[in-house]
This record gives sequence, structure tokens and C-alpha cells, in this order.
Amino acid sequence: MEKRVYAHLGETLWLERLENGLPVYVIPKPGFQKKYAFFATNYGGMDLKFRLDGVAHQTPAGVAHFLEHKMFDTKDGNALQTLAANAASPNAFTSWDITGYYFESTEGFYENLKVLLSFVSQPWFTQESVDKEQGIIGQEIQMIEDDPEWMVLQNLLSALYVNHPIKISVAGSRASIAEITADTLYACHRAFYHPGNMVLCVCGDVDPEAVVSIARQVLPAGAGPKAERDHGPAEPAEAAKGETEQAMAVSIPICQIGFKADPAAGGEGHLRQEIVGGLLGEALCGTSSPLYARLYREGLVNKSFSISYLAYTGCAFLCAGGECRDGRALRDALLAEGARIAREGVDEAFFQRLKKASYGSLVRALNSFEALCVAQAQGHFTGADYLTFPEVFQSVTAADLQAAAKAWIIPERTALSVICPKEEERA
Amino acid sequence: MAQAARIELFSGVHLTAVHTEKFKSSVLGAAFLAPLERETASRNALIPSVLRRGTDKHRDMEALEAALDDLYGGTIEPVVRTRGEVQCVGFLGSFLDDAYTLDGSAVVEPAAALLGELLLSPYTEGGHFCPDYTKGERDNLVERIRAQINDKRIYAMARLRQEMCAGEPFGVDRLGDEAHAAALTPEGLWAGYQELLHTAPMELYYCGSARPERVADALRGALSALPRTEKRQEMPPAVRKRAPETPRYVEEAMDVTQGKLTMGFRTGCDLLDRGYPALMVGNALFGGTTTSRLFLNVREKLSLCYYASSQLMKYKDLMLVSSGVEFDRFTAARDEILSQLEACRRGDFTDRELGSARRSVVSGLQSIPDSQARLEDYWLGQAVSGCSEDPAALAARVEAVTREDVVAALAGVTLDTVYFLKGKEG
Repeated sequence: MEKRVYAHLGETLWLERLENGLPVYVIPKPGFQKKYAFFATNYGGMDLKFRLDGVAHQTPAGVAHFLEHKMFDTKDGNALQTLAANAASPNAFTSWDITGYYFESTEGFYENLKVLLSFVSQPWFTQESVDKEQGIIGQEIQMIEDDPEWMVLQNLLSALYVNHPIKISVAGSRASIAEITADTLYACHRAFYHPGNMVLCVCGDVDPEAVVSIARQVLPAGAGPKAERDHGPAEPAEAAKGETEQAMAVSIPICQIGFKADPAAGGEGHLRQEIVGGLLGEALCGTSSPLYARLYREGLVNKSFSISYLAYTGCAFLCAGGECRDGRALRDALLAEGARIAREGVDEAFFQRLKKASYGSLVRALNSFEALCVAQAQGHFTGADYLTFPEVFQSVTAADLQAAAKAWIIPERTALSVICPKEEERA
Repeated sequence: MAQAARIELFSGVHLTAVHTEKFKSSVLGAAFLAPLERETASRNALIPSVLRRGTDKHRDMEALEAALDDLYGGTIEPVVRTRGEVQCVGFLGSFLDDAYTLDGSAVVEPAAALLGELLLSPYTEGGHFCPDYTKGERDNLVERIRAQINDKRIYAMARLRQEMCAGEPFGVDRLGDEAHAAALTPEGLWAGYQELLHTAPMELYYCGSARPERVADALRGALSALPRTEKRQEMPPAVRKRAPETPRYVEEAMDVTQGKLTMGFRTGCDLLDRGYPALMVGNALFGGTTTSRLFLNVREKLSLCYYASSQLMKYKDLMLVSSGVEFDRFTAARDEILSQLEACRRGDFTDRELGSARRSVVSGLQSIPDSQARLEDYWLGQAVSGCSEDPAALAARVEAVTREDVVAALAGVTLDTVYFLKGKEG
């Protein structure tokens, strides 16, 4: 196995690439009782259109998430139950670009790892179980449609993007999931759930060789077919529309403001832009910025406010928001500050302080096995080695932030999404 | 695992310090303890937020945030929590551990100093809190109280607590209520702050690579201006009540697409009772895990609920059930939840189910020392309830729980109140 040592971070990583194309990353954590395994595919809510074996597939919105639910079914029962009965805490999530299955356990780790690898690689669906799941996921869709935090972001993405499938809800709608059949699920599994399109990350006090040997033993020997994805026509740089609003049962308006960034290049460029985007967010309206202090004093933002940079395949954006009584005023303040940074740049002393703070936050985040494994997996899919971030950090300058502000924080690339209280709920 | 050292810094002021090199960060916290009461809850809840706005030395948030940036992006956030019927208000901070700073500089001492400054040297105007900061944070507090309606799952649980424990301190929300919050003034708040400084016991917490004695020294220095009083107030134990003969039923209608059914039970058993480990296993068996009766039968087999789970309040003898149901399935879901509880009480469960519930509770306890947040949360609760048992010792007691123990523990569980949040039409 290849051994990588990240001295600054006090981490060691073991890497093995299996013959079937699966990379296995193991990060040993002596002194911890819990062990964590994350098995993910480079496939998510945005991968609706693809070609497989020369055949074009157009799948219904929500299929990746639906598939995630159904993967837990096995010939003999349900893998969630098998893992839980073995005192593991299993779960899974589907984002726009990846689907990840994981468990945490303090005992029986290798046994549980076998269960994880085997249920994710062996599909078992019946039309009957697919029909039943439509009811369960239909309920989940209803629940997220009652969730203002979710809806404000979903609406923002529909306002920001013209073509890119990130604007489509990962969960789909009750109507779209009704079109899903067992055959759809088998096709998607065949296209995206083969070792060459996946990654395994393990964190904890485990033996790296034992992890690799279990992966070899359980997973198929060959790499699968290569699916070609289609994320639609080229996405314009500008936002699809400037504003969107929806009324819900909330006490005060919830706002999100999005600034469309250029999609990041692959490899280290992706990691670099993530660091630049994160720092720009901090400089623009992070908790120690002059603008945040002013808006907080004026009561336009409160502790619920956050600003972050998010990147997925073929799209990237900054989003900022929280509870806010006047979304337009918040948007205008952010745009004005963006224009000021584009014009004057970021003060060097402020920039150095932000760098120090962001560095500390990123290192602290490594405490979480989940965050570490997910970052490692995402890094793998974009072609970057996540734990090299301290080096990339060193190369970022205040001028990078200024250039990004100039390109991204402009009215044409901005959208405002508001969830406003229904008349009767207004105080 | 690393032992937790307990050191009395001053009379009524204790430090719990966990020495470990497992983490990239160190955690530093301070909390004043006060009995949870309707009259003072909002006032106490507001105090840390106003303190966090500015100190003598760092007069506004920008200056405070800059100081935190210099400590490698450390955080010190105001926190308001309850443990049973005790309100814990103060700060919780997370800092880069000394081992990972780029220039090898120490973070523990300056972090402790900043914490002490926030607690003891607030920015004042005219001898009390600055009116601007008070008003700003009071408005935020009112908004946060109002915003509790936004997450219906949490809201339905909060309403259940309110209804079930009306007249008990437990029915008071950790943030108090809107009327009390809106009436707070800089002078009144200042008086409340002085009361905490002079009478409230204080719990300090540290977890990280520094030795407990070093942390104790840093905190003694940082808190040297804390008023010395011989006796800080004792916290009363949580009130115990019996469930009514006929369970109470409360429903509310709101514009939602999915209903929320919550149910409150009296258990007659909390953390300090000998039967608590058995009740933990009983709760896991009934509704605490994904192998529980609620998950497997109510959710998976009968598809009555999108989610259904139960939890113990730990510091008060209550078990609460939370579920999401379609409006027209309310009766079926409620009956099924109760019939699953009946089955558990009769001992109508397999050894396999029992084993899996026990494993799940043990595993949950064993992994507490692997998470700084969970460990802090655990030790704060222990400190408040005057209990020094560590997670491993509690796990050992859970290992020894038998079928008879579980049945005996569940025998004391009685339904008190059902709260249903339903849709507007139909």
C-alpha cells in the first residue's frame, strides 16, 4: 500500500488501488473506539441523463435518492437492520453529485464492512418493494417541502441556474418518483455503482491491509461499463432570474442570496478555488468582517446568518443568508461590499488574519471522521488530494480574492430567494 | 480512556478537565447554573448573548472576532441549555489545539483569558449593560423564540413539554417566553447578571492536550475578578409527578402537509435512579434505535409514520415519542405506538432484540469519548446532577441489564399527554 504522511496535520493515509479500479483510503486513528467506513459513488441527483452501452437514458428526477433508499434491500432482508443489529449506526445520503453509504461502529467493524460493501454492490429490487418505497419517499418529499431551510436553497438554485441539473431537487417530486421502476434502478446501478466509479474511505483504529483484503474479497473483480453523463447545454454565467419568493408557515422571512461562480477546474484547481471561495465569503461577510459587524448592529443579520462556497460538477456558487427581514437590503449590501473588494482589494492584514482563522477551522474540522472521509472522497472524484490543503493555502493571495469578487459578486450573477411568512403567521 | 479531573477553583466554581491528545481542537466552556424558572429564564438566556457583544478591552463584535481569528479561528459562542430543571447559561469555545499551530504558540492561556474577559469584564455604559447591545440581543432572542415554530418536528416536541409539564419548571423553555424576553431592560439584565455572578454555581470544562493543572491555573487567573462567595446556590432536584388517570390530549392546526404526533410518558426513573440503565435498554428496544419496535413496526412494516422514535430526558423522569404521520393515520399510529409499548412491558420481545438494544446503548456510550461535543455535553450533565460516573462505568452497568430489569423499568412508564399538530383543512 502507498503511505502518505501529512506532518502538519498529524495524519497518515494509506492508499491502495484495487484491480477493479476502486481506490481504498485508510486513515488510522489510534486511541479512538469508533471506526467509520464511507463507501461512495460518483453519482447524485444531477446525473439524470446518461448513455450506457450506446443507449441513451433519461431518468426521472429523484432517482439517485430513490436508489439510495432501495439499496438497503437485500435478498435476505434489509442491510440497515443487519448493521443496526450488529450495533453499528448505518446511514446514507444523496447529494447533487455523490451518493454515500456509511456506518460507524465500536465493535465488529470488519464484519460490518463486509455487509456495507456487499449490499451496495449487489442490487436487489422487486416491483413490489419499489411501489412501497414510493409511499415512504413521497412522505419524505412532503416533509422537506415543509422545511423552509430546504426550500429557500432549492428555490435559490432554480433562480441561479438556467440549464444545469443542480436546479432540480435531489429528492424529485411525488410525480417524478412515480415513474421509477425496478428496471430504472437496475440501469442506474449498472451505470454508476461499479468499483471504477466509486471510492472507499475508512477512518479509525483499523488495519489498512485488512480493509483492502475485505474489499478485494467482497467486490466484483472487474471494472464496470463507462456511462457518459449529460448535464445539458452550456450554462450561462448569469443568473436565470434575480428573485424568487414563496410563502410558508414561518415566523420571519428566511433568505438566501446566491452568487454564481465559474465552475472550478479539476484537480488541485478545484481545491484551490474552494479555498479562494471560502476566504472570499469570509472577507465579504464572515463573522469578523466589517460588513457583518455593521449588518449585525443594524439587525439585518443574526446568528443564523452564514456564508459559504459550494461546488459541484460543472457549477459553483457562493450563498449567504439566514433569517432576515429585508432580503433585498441584505443582497444590496453584499453586492456593494463585493464591488468595494473588486475595486480596492482586501486589506493585507485582514487577509492574513482570515487565512489564519480559516486554516484553524479546516484543521479542527478534521476531528470528524465523517467530514474527513467525505472530503477525501469528494477530493478523489474531483482529482484533488484533500489533505494537501495546508500547501494550497499558502499559495492563495489577497489578489485571488479580489479577482473572484470582481468576476462573481455582480448583479447579473446574483439571485435572491425568500421564504416569507404567510399573512396569518405574521406577528 | 482519559480520566476527567474535577478541580474546585473557588468555592462553588468547578473545573472538569479531560486530558487527551486525540483531537485537533481543544474545547473550553463555562456555564452558570440557575434553577429553570419562568420569571428568570429569558433574562438568564439573554445574558451570554449580550456579554458576547463586547468587553472592556474588545468593545464590539468586530474586535472580538478579530481576537478569535488571531487564535486560529477559535470560536466562543453563547450557549443556553437545560439539564433537567436546571438552566445552564454561558459560553462554549473550540480552539485549535496547541499541537497544530503553525508557529508553535500556545492557545490555551489566551483562550482562557478571553473567556474570563467575556464573563467578567463586559462593555458597559452608565454602570450597566449598553442599551444598544441589550436591545439588539433582546430582539434576536424574541426572534429565536418565535422561530421555534419553523421546524415543526422540534416545535411539536416543545409544545408537548409545555402542555405536559405546565406548572413544573420543565415546562419552561430554555429561552423562556416572548413576553418575558420582550420586557427585558439593560438595568434589569444587569441585576440578573450580578445575581449570577454572586450566587450561581459555575461549571468550567476543558478537553484537550493541556494538563488539567495548567488549565486550572489559566482559569484561576482569568476568573480572579469573580466575586468570592462562601456558598453558591444549590440546584433543586427535578419535580416528580404522576401521570393523570386519563391521559391529556391536545391538538393544534397549522398550515403543514404532514402531521406531527408526539407523546409524553412519566417513567419514575432518571439518571440518578438505580434502574436507569434498564430504562435506557427499554427505551432502545421500544423506540430508541433503528432496530426498535417503533422503527421496525410503526414505520417500516405498517408505514404509519415517516419517522417514529422515543427518547429519555435523562435528568427528568420522562420518555417522549416523536413521529411524523399523515393526518388521517393519527389514530392508527397512536394505537400502534401504545400497543408496541404494551408488548415491551409484557416482556414480549426476543433475546435477539434485547441483545441488540443493549449493544446499541453500550456502543453509544463507548463512543462518547471519541467526540468532544458529546463528551462536554455528558460531563456538563454529570456535573449538574452531581454524578461522577464516566461513560465506561455506565456502559458496564448497561451490560449487566437483564430481561427482568427491562420489564421492571418499563412497568413504571405511564402515558401522560398526547400532542398532535395537524393540518388546517381536513
